Amino acid sequence: MATYRELLAQVKTEIDEISTIEAQERLESSDGSIFVDVREPDEWDEGHIPGAIYTGRGRLEQRIEGLVPDKSRPLVVYCSAGNRSAFAAKVLGEMGYSDVVNLAAGFSDWKRNGFEITIPRALSPEQRARYSRHLLIPEVGEDGQQRLLDARVLLIGAGGLGSPSSLYLAAAGVGTLGIVDADVVDESNLQRQIVHSTERLGEPKVESARRTIEALNPDVRVVPYRERLTSENVDRILDEGWDVILDGADNFPTRYLVNDASVWHDIPVVHGSIFRFEGQVTVFSPGVGPCYRCLFPQPPPPELAPSCAEGGVLGVLPGIVGSIQANETLKLILDRGDSLAGRLLLFDALGTTLDEVTVRRDPDCPVCGDHPTITEYIDYVEFCNASPASRPEPALAGRSPASPPPAAAAGTVPSGPVQRGTVPSGPAPSATTRGDGEGANA
Amino acid sequence: MTVVRIPPTLRAEVGGARELQAHGGTVGEVIDDVVERHPALRPQLFQNGGLGSFVNVYLGGEDIRTLGGLDTPVDANETVILLPAMAGGA
Repeated sequence: MATYRELLAQVKTEIDEISTIEAQERLESSDGSIFVDVREPDEWDEGHIPGAIYTGRGRLEQRIEGLVPDKSRPLVVYCSAGNRSAFAAKVLGEMGYSDVVNLAAGFSDWKRNGFEITIPRALSPEQRARYSRHLLIPEVGEDGQQRLLDARVLLIGAGGLGSPSSLYLAAAGVGTLGIVDADVVDESNLQRQIVHSTERLGEPKVESARRTIEALNPDVRVVPYRERLTSENVDRILDEGWDVILDGADNFPTRYLVNDASVWHDIPVVHGSIFRFEGQVTVFSPGVGPCYRCLFPQPPPPELAPSCAEGGVLGVLPGIVGSIQANETLKLILDRGDSLAGRLLLFDALGTTLDEVTVRRDPDCPVCGDHPTITEYIDYVEFCNASPASRPEPALAGRSPASPPPAAAAGTVPSGPVQRGTVPSGPAPSATTRGDGEGANA
Repeated sequence: MTVVRIPPTLRAEVGGARELQAHGGTVGEVIDDVVERHPALRPQLFQNGGLGSFVNVYLGGEDIRTLGGLDTPVDANETVILLPAMAGGA
């Protein structure tokens, strides 16, 4: 029968060990060594060697092959003082890992030397409970949940699409949700806009949404913008820093404004649109895939593009389309899966069919193409109201006032480019032109 | 026969149909066949003698602008999708 001391002494003769200085040199040189932390979870939470992987000693044998499938990878195993990790190093050798060393003086000595450590931000017990179903998914886990909590998503519109998407993003723990909407809650909204309620009639939508969201999840901070998105305020709002824009606008001027601004601010847009029984969803990732103008270079004439206020929409449709938008947004934040960039999803609620068409980046796109002709905000209302017959070709849409427009189009072309951040010469996008008729973005 | 999907905004012009069967060896001929039977569609799809730039047409999931335009050959059993932009989100 061996005592612990005897056992430890025996194990130490059977493994290789390195000093703290040697370990630091390995880390600095990025020689491919993987640091394996075998301490208890609370020790890990108080700080660990940067880049180390964690598996408690108790589950080492069970988990290590999943974490490090390549048994020839050099491993540096450590605990607090080098004793627990000595046993871990021995068992790893027995499992076939061919290049295992023990950090002889452990993490305590690493800290004594003043070498860099990483202190993981731990979820609170309440957050562990709230997000437990996320923590169980390998693609999300604790790191992914922290990403979600750190993420900032800007929702254009707190209407049909903004309702389900904001609720699901909030429930998922997306930490900051900006919401742009100038409207107040109306009775005709409640057939589909589930972030609002009967008792909120007449209340600003951004306030109503904020109350619902904060009641759902106190981790989420709502930044309300009770204003319409316009050429004048878009830079101010986007400059506040957003990871993803979720476009649930209800009119073409705002759609094109969101597109141009997102390209110039380099922010991906998760796009959704709905009408009656049909929905369209895609993702526009600046620099990666196409933009909205690549897909639709010009808006349809007003008579071909009735809004939901004019043509109606099945109440559940925005629930489906907005939920797909929330899904795409979460994937972008988590950097997981394949996004809808380059693919437009077409949902038909009557046939319950999903079709997909390819969307390619247009090298001649006036905004995201190789030689952009629109580099500043234009008058988007004018651009969308010009009749197709008199509307200039897309390449001309950004023509500077110094270049005279074609004579036939004079008076109907978009007014000259608006200086970014300055007051435009034309009217700002307004819902009265072709929106939901409610004075809002959605 | 080729199936042509009709978007909601154009269904009034075709008697409410969500899709139509049409003949033709190219996308242009297929659309012409539909428009001949439903002339009210013409101004909704065409401008200045060509397909309006506000209407996207897909064959086999690809925008015909990236194929051969209206001259793109159509095989039987392929589906043509007419797709105008929709702005609704509220």
